[in-house]
Amino acid sequence: MTEIALQTVNLVRRVQGEISHTLVNGIDLAVEKGEFLAITGPSGSGKSSLLYLLGLLDAPTEGEVIICGQATSKLSETERADVRLTKCGFVFQFHFLLPEFTALDNVLLPMRAAGVMSAKDMNERAMSLLTSLGLGEQTGKRPNQLSGGQRQRVALARALANRPEIIVADEPTGNLDTASTEQVFGILRDIADNGQTVVVVTHDAALAARADRRIHIVDGKIHETTFGGDRKRESPAVTPAAECQS
Amino acid sequence: MATNLLLSIAWTHVSTRVRQTLVGMFGVAMGVGFTIMMAGLMQGSQIDFLRQLVDTMPHITVNDERRGIPSQPADQEYAAVGMSNVANVNRRPGIRYPDTLMASLRSWLPGEVAPSTKTTAIVDHSGARIGVTLMGIDPRLEVRVSKLGQQMTEGKLSDLSKAANGIIIGEALAQKLAVKYGNSVVLVGGGEANQMSATVVGIFRSGIKSVDEGQIYSLASLAQTLMGQTGIINLLRLRLSDPLVAQKVATQVEAQTGYKSVSWQESNSDLLSAFATRDFIVLTVMGAMLLTSSFATYNIISTITHEKRHDIAIMKSLGMREYSVRRIFIIESAIMGSVGILFGWLLGYLLCYAWSQINVYNPLTGAVVPLSIYYSPMHYIASGGISILCCAVAAFFPARKATRVHPVEIIRGAS
Repeated sequence: MTEIALQTVNLVRRVQGEISHTLVNGIDLAVEKGEFLAITGPSGSGKSSLLYLLGLLDAPTEGEVIICGQATSKLSETERADVRLTKCGFVFQFHFLLPEFTALDNVLLPMRAAGVMSAKDMNERAMSLLTSLGLGEQTGKRPNQLSGGQRQRVALARALANRPEIIVADEPTGNLDTASTEQVFGILRDIADNGQTVVVVTHDAALAARADRRIHIVDGKIHETTFGGDRKRESPAVTPAAECQS
Repeated sequence: MATNLLLSIAWTHVSTRVRQTLVGMFGVAMGVGFTIMMAGLMQGSQIDFLRQLVDTMPHITVNDERRGIPSQPADQEYAAVGMSNVANVNRRPGIRYPDTLMASLRSWLPGEVAPSTKTTAIVDHSGARIGVTLMGIDPRLEVRVSKLGQQMTEGKLSDLSKAANGIIIGEALAQKLAVKYGNSVVLVGGGEANQMSATVVGIFRSGIKSVDEGQIYSLASLAQTLMGQTGIINLLRLRLSDPLVAQKVATQVEAQTGYKSVSWQESNSDLLSAFATRDFIVLTVMGAMLLTSSFATYNIISTITHEKRHDIAIMKSLGMREYSVRRIFIIESAIMGSVGILFGWLLGYLLCYAWSQINVYNPLTGAVVPLSIYYSPMHYIASGGISILCCAVAAFFPARKATRVHPVEIIRGAS
């Protein structure tokens, strides 16, 4: 039986305004632990909205998001923040690093916010992450002293800091040159191969094709599902989700 | 959420925005500094005035009146029968057995007591006639209950005993009558029939215009003669070691003697009430100054939260709780406020010191005296406390507004 890291049940996100608009329209999805899922679709199709719902950055109008066996629709904003802190790591198109802080401080931020590790352990982990991402020499630099690819790798290190079960990335290579794109995508691939679940929104069809699974969103619905790589198989059976094992 | 983290983010924000931070601190420092200066100046002048007042007048006066109308013998004997037009008991003026009474008071009184004879008179000098209060005193005891001896500008208090019919008059009265030290004047008693020649053996200046213009001193015997009441003592004047307990002691004295005992607070209740109103106005103005100074903090925190909306979004998306992010900006305001308050304290002290070096001319007393400044730790504590509270409130609202924004809105906007 496959272990489900992330699951949605009839997920709906509607925006109320002068004109009511449905961004995500009844999506059922189950993502295995260690799976690399790519979400593609045209602009305005609802792929980023779906990603924000999966990462608990946004709350659904209807339906449920289950993260590591924990239903989240009835959680308070504070509880949702706690789940984000411990179980989700975010990477955005724009790195969103704190500009006054060094690369090391930015990576330390989620660990210091969680407050479960000693200062020494936090420093060791941050240094280890930055070194493994090829930034061992850049730890003391501020974001404005780093290249675009380096910044995005620092953002990746920050996303990985608290050992989250799920890495959620919104167009992480959207602003990068080809070499950096390849590098960042390779890192995401490695993360998934090491057992963490990766969900990426991308416009890049070639990169999406290298994911374990690609879902194509049109008008807030899953229009097409494609499997790739070694994981080409049927969509996983939705089983009662259990707590993720770290 | 680890406080260290919030502190380090807050410190990074304020230390990397030096100009904004300095403007915020400057606003707080100005508010606190000028508040301390105002408080010191206002309270100093008030205390100086009260000190003059308390020094000039006795702390308690016991006169030969009673607060209530004494019940009549007919009422006491035949209370059930309504009687009208019954003649009142004819009471002899003056305090009965004053020496015994004073001895009794001295046994427990935390201060001194002196007898006096108070009457009204007209001072006539070369056709100029001015009505005054004549206070007949015993110079040996007077020095224990008043500062008259120290207020003498010409002559001595003891000269009253040396000259026949000697009087001491206020400087302002002397100017009005064109009287000089050693001149003779005519004193006219209540009934015009009693008049006598008197010699000015001393001139005093109390600093209180009404006293300097309207009160003269003589030996008690002269006042008694002018009244036509030999040996009468109609006023006991008390001076306490602590003027602030005068009201309480006056009540005890009145309960013991039965005579109306008036504390300096009671006799100046209108003035003290005016001071209370003045204090309220001053406090309101100072509060407004501190509030206004906190607007600088409000503006700066508003600007920082606006500039930092991406940081707020990312911190929230990383899982930092809303109130933790809010606390960052309140800490920033507290840092600016705290340092601003320290500078404000220094500024306040320097302003107070500068004001205390300024001499002003008092048209009433004719003296040139330095401005009275009251230095009190309470001014520093109160202005600092109110200011830090204002800063926290000023930061809270923009911080709350900024941190309530949904991170998705910012992230989408950036994308």
